[in-house]
Amino acid sequence: MFLTFITFLPFLGAVCLAFMPKENVNAIKQTALAVAVTDFLLSLMLWTNFDNTTHKMQFGLNIPWIEAWGINYHIGLDGISLLLYVMTTFLTMICIIASWDVKKHIREYMIAMLALSTGMLGVFIALDLFMFYVFWEFQLVPMYIIVGVWGGPRRIYASIKFFLFTAVGSLLMLVAILWIYFHIQQTTGVATADILYITEHLDVSLDASKWLWMAFFLAFAIKVPMFPFHTWLPDAHVEAPTAGSVILAGVLLKMGTYGFLRFNLPFFPQASYEFVPMVAWLSIIGIIYGALVAMVQEDLKKLVAYSSVSHLGFIMLGIFALNPYGIQGALIQNINHGISTSALFLLVGVVYDRRHTRLISEFGGLAKIMPKYTVCFMIVALSSIGLPGMNGFVGEFLILLGIFQVNGLWAAFATSGVILAACYILWMFQRVMFLELKNPKNIGMKDMNTREMITIVPLIVLIFWIGLYPNTFMKTFDASVNHLVSKVNPDNFKPHQEKHKNSQGEHAQLVTPTEMASLNQKLQMPKKVLIKE
Amino acid sequence: MEPILAPESIDLIALAPVLVLSVFAMLVLVLDLWGGRNKSLLVFTSLVGLLMTAISAFAKHPIPAYSFNDSYIVDHMSLFFICIFTISSALAILLSVEYNEREGIQAGEYYALILFCTVGMILLASSTDMIMIFLGIEIISICLYVLAGIRRNDHRSNEAALKYFLLGAFATGFLLYGMTLVYGSTGSTNLFKIAEFVQNPSAQSSPLLLMGLVLLVIGFGFKVASAPFHMWAPDVYQGAPTPVTAFMAVGPKAAAFAAFFRVFAEAFPEMSSSWEILLSIIAVLSMIVGNLGAIMQTNIKRMLAFSSVSHAGYILMAVIAKSSLGSSSMLFYMLTYAFMTFGVFGIIIILGRKGEENLEIQNYAGLAYKHPLIALSMTIFLLSLGGLPPFAGFVAKFYLFSAAIQEGLLTLVIIAVLNSAISFYYYLKIVVFMYMKEPEAEFNISLTPMTLFVVLIGVIGTIQLGIFPNAIITLASH
Repeated sequence: MFLTFITFLPFLGAVCLAFMPKENVNAIKQTALAVAVTDFLLSLMLWTNFDNTTHKMQFGLNIPWIEAWGINYHIGLDGISLLLYVMTTFLTMICIIASWDVKKHIREYMIAMLALSTGMLGVFIALDLFMFYVFWEFQLVPMYIIVGVWGGPRRIYASIKFFLFTAVGSLLMLVAILWIYFHIQQTTGVATADILYITEHLDVSLDASKWLWMAFFLAFAIKVPMFPFHTWLPDAHVEAPTAGSVILAGVLLKMGTYGFLRFNLPFFPQASYEFVPMVAWLSIIGIIYGALVAMVQEDLKKLVAYSSVSHLGFIMLGIFALNPYGIQGALIQNINHGISTSALFLLVGVVYDRRHTRLISEFGGLAKIMPKYTVCFMIVALSSIGLPGMNGFVGEFLILLGIFQVNGLWAAFATSGVILAACYILWMFQRVMFLELKNPKNIGMKDMNTREMITIVPLIVLIFWIGLYPNTFMKTFDASVNHLVSKVNPDNFKPHQEKHKNSQGEHAQLVTPTEMASLNQKLQMPKKVLIKE
Repeated sequence: MEPILAPESIDLIALAPVLVLSVFAMLVLVLDLWGGRNKSLLVFTSLVGLLMTAISAFAKHPIPAYSFNDSYIVDHMSLFFICIFTISSALAILLSVEYNEREGIQAGEYYALILFCTVGMILLASSTDMIMIFLGIEIISICLYVLAGIRRNDHRSNEAALKYFLLGAFATGFLLYGMTLVYGSTGSTNLFKIAEFVQNPSAQSSPLLLMGLVLLVIGFGFKVASAPFHMWAPDVYQGAPTPVTAFMAVGPKAAAFAAFFRVFAEAFPEMSSSWEILLSIIAVLSMIVGNLGAIMQTNIKRMLAFSSVSHAGYILMAVIAKSSLGSSSMLFYMLTYAFMTFGVFGIIIILGRKGEENLEIQNYAGLAYKHPLIALSMTIFLLSLGGLPPFAGFVAKFYLFSAAIQEGLLTLVIIAVLNSAISFYYYLKIVVFMYMKEPEAEFNISLTPMTLFVVLIGVIGTIQLGIFPNAIITLASH
């Protein structure tokens, strides 16, 4: 119940806000902030009570929802979702502070923000496919409104593009969900959409699982976004208000990577294995292409947006390394990207608030007039590049370590992304912060105020915390990652071992001895191999 | 003197809802003589009549029960449909009260016509005989021809009525011709007997019967406004008085689908290989034509007309699935569709004033900041129509698609979901205007209590069926 309460608390807050008088701006902002802070603190309690030693779902609740269809309100957190969950409440809080100066329709803005928070939290705790889909689609609406109402000049185009891209992908996922639902019903006789049950009992032919994998892949790849489904992201980021961009980069994109870890890998381990090369190459293209495009951007926000494409390529590569290093790296990089990129967007927002432009060419020499800003920006920029001692390094290192075990060439290509990242970030930093203070409009710019510092400093603390002592974070998902890897490890699918596993493993009852014998014959498996294993 | 007894094959209790409603409809006609300009007595009588009808529908036990030599059936599906019809007619009447006052529609027979139309719908949804189906369709159609043209001084209303009448009569011709061909080749008009007859494989390939089936598809296709027989829908929806449009979009359509389902899924399931492909093409065409057509519209009523064409396409999948899951998903879909549609049309009525209906989409610009609750309700209805969770439209689509997937109609479902994605575009267009544009003129909206009540019911229904649909699903899936 505690988890349910934390998840729906922001929504309750939004409902309360709806009844507050529009004119009382301060009360609205304070209420929203109070709700967000409470929610964050409560979610920290989840973390402290979290048992790191098991991969099992914790804080679970399973009550019937639509009994006629066997659909339950089933929630829980494991190592994979815990940090994302906490990060969501954390970034919601940061975003509400960062949006303190929003002038237009502040009440509606805060309502959308809090409703969005509940939608995102729901995605991470849902353990029923139906429920997952409900939250997955629901959070589109507030985000769509945030981009569309409080965004920049091309906001309507960007928001509709965002909505339609995601909707197309997720509707195909819906078809796959329905298919799985009926398949499970036919093979096991249980009508359920429970994710844990399906993970355990889904038994489909490789061909079918490839199609299903593709349907899920499309939904998540659009969300991540992977090349070539990334085109909505720069538009959405550029047009979104600062807080919208922070949430988008910090949490929404992570839903895609989370989906891969929660669905594609455990549901269809063999199909995932088959598709590794495709995903890897798409990720590598994303890494290099994103970095190259980021380099030529004239708009600061667009640059950060394309750097997201590049960084998310890393995360995808880590996930599809299918080994502990890769997936651990991907999970920690999820958090890192959420922190660093959010901080970058916040910092871009700071100058945008002052100058109402984000063109790099408009700036230059800001270091002379905004020292605090420059220091913050530098730390965040370096963390985004992956300087040792900061968070980005930990994640990228682990991912490269993981992918190197799979394919050295891929690792080499991916590493070039790190170098390119240094190029575009440092070059941008140089053009904005150093050089001469030429533009007269910049002379009167004030340094960061206290409120802006409050939004940035926690992120900087986290940058160093993860960089210097990642174990606080890593240990939460160790058990879950190991469990996941044991399920998806490619070794399971090398032909002789698969049969070997089946004869003893959980699915033993599905294969009769006679079938085994005929299969063994077909494979003409030498007896020695079996004995050796 | 001997009392006159009905023949044994006629079960009057089974027929109770039809009888009750007919009596009330006639009562409304008579009461109109006294009421004068004040129609509230008529409204009250009509609502009581609908309530009594719904109650009397449950008088027959046990179900299924038959009457009139197996040409009238009381079964689970007909009971559920009667509930949908009475709810939708009641909502239509509530919507009409203030609208009629505003637009100066004085005719007292308006309410009687809605009740008679509902009688036709009940007959249609309960009939298991071609003759009864034809009677039901005719009762509905004639009432609707009059209702569509009830604003006699408005040329659009006249156009709507005339167009609907001409095309409707034409389609009825097709339907009747199809029925005669089926009768000629099977020797019966009774759906059960036809089903028995077509079990014989040699009968299935009779060209006469196939021809009859095609004509039936055309006739029903027209009545449910599926492409390519949808041409009348936009003009009629636009021209008819708004409450009548809402009424037409829900009740009569649901009734036609009930008959559609009974004829094809219950009488001709054996021949599904011959009609399945035809219906699939019509379903796909309806979705595509409906959604693409809706994108182009700037008039909200025309847009909803095209959107209803696409919804007809989705519901046709239930007919194609022809399973019990198909029928229950259709029931659930029609119920949710009723709530959403009446809600949307309620808001359209609220936005209008006398002589100025404000039907263009740009009239909605900036609504969210003047009347946030109205805009929020509209957003809920539109997103639900598009099928976004956690609203009823999503559960209904989920239900429908799962029925289709169970029967292996994977391609059809994929086309349908892609179409849902297209449909978001035009539903969101209105949301864009309401939330993201500045108002062009002052809003002079008519916040009248009855219409607001209908909108409220719509919102409650849409959310309730979206978040806690279990009870209704259980009811629908017997």
